[in-house]
Amino acid sequence: MNAPSFLFYFFEIIAAGAAGGLLFVRNVFYGALLVIAVLLALAGLYILAFAEFVAVTQILVYAGGILVVIIFGIMLTTRLGGKPLVIEHTRSVSAALVGLAFFGTLVYLLSRETFESHPAKAGAPTALDTTQTLGVSLMSDYVLPFETAGILLLMALIGAAVIASEHKSKKI
Amino acid sequence: MNVPVHHFLYLGAFLFSAGLVVVISKRNTILVLLGLELMLNASNLNLVAFNRLHPGTLQGQMFAIFVIVVAVCEAAVGLAIVLRIYQEYQTSVPDDVNELNL
Repeated sequence: MNAPSFLFYFFEIIAAGAAGGLLFVRNVFYGALLVIAVLLALAGLYILAFAEFVAVTQILVYAGGILVVIIFGIMLTTRLGGKPLVIEHTRSVSAALVGLAFFGTLVYLLSRETFESHPAKAGAPTALDTTQTLGVSLMSDYVLPFETAGILLLMALIGAAVIASEHKSKKI
Repeated sequence: MNVPVHHFLYLGAFLFSAGLVVVISKRNTILVLLGLELMLNASNLNLVAFNRLHPGTLQGQMFAIFVIVVAVCEAAVGLAIVLRIYQEYQTSVPDDVNELNL
């Protein structure tokens, strides 16, 4: 087993283990830390799958942005008093049944399928300049989805600020 | 690296199932949101894995980036709603917000 394969299985075990631990964790803060572990391991897997820009975006946006906001949310929705936020599980049996059935179906269907690799097209970019090609096509071929995503982001952030503000409007 | 693409897909399936179980079974709104993030990441992993099967194309990675952008919007609006519900009802248990129930 060469080094990239070893790294691949290393990251895969970390991601699967942290996601499995999230099923049983009862402290919300530890749950957020486990999700950070999953996201960083997935960034490693993206690098091994030749998607460096997606990996860096994953680290910057997910692990650096979303999880920080979620940890803020945990701290803002915990009653002050020093004790950690520990929760209970409901519907454990049905959740386990649904999860196992779904996972079994997916694995069965995936294992019957053989996914063939397609050869590279002529003049296609190599794996070394993925980021440059991605940036150029983001500004040429994908400029409409890019601008739409920007507008969506602006709308969502303004909406989030309005919803979360303390301003009381009882008229609605 | 000659890892078969199936190993990516099995991990994606496991992450999606784990996210589904978390969404169903946890009694906390923020953990439900974390389960949703896990499911989005599972789909992202599938997109990147299939992009690896087609060297020279970038559609999968582009789709993954836009999924990340939409996940940011979802997390921001979701957390704002969670904070608002906490201010109104003093709870973060989704089953306790049942004013519209008959």
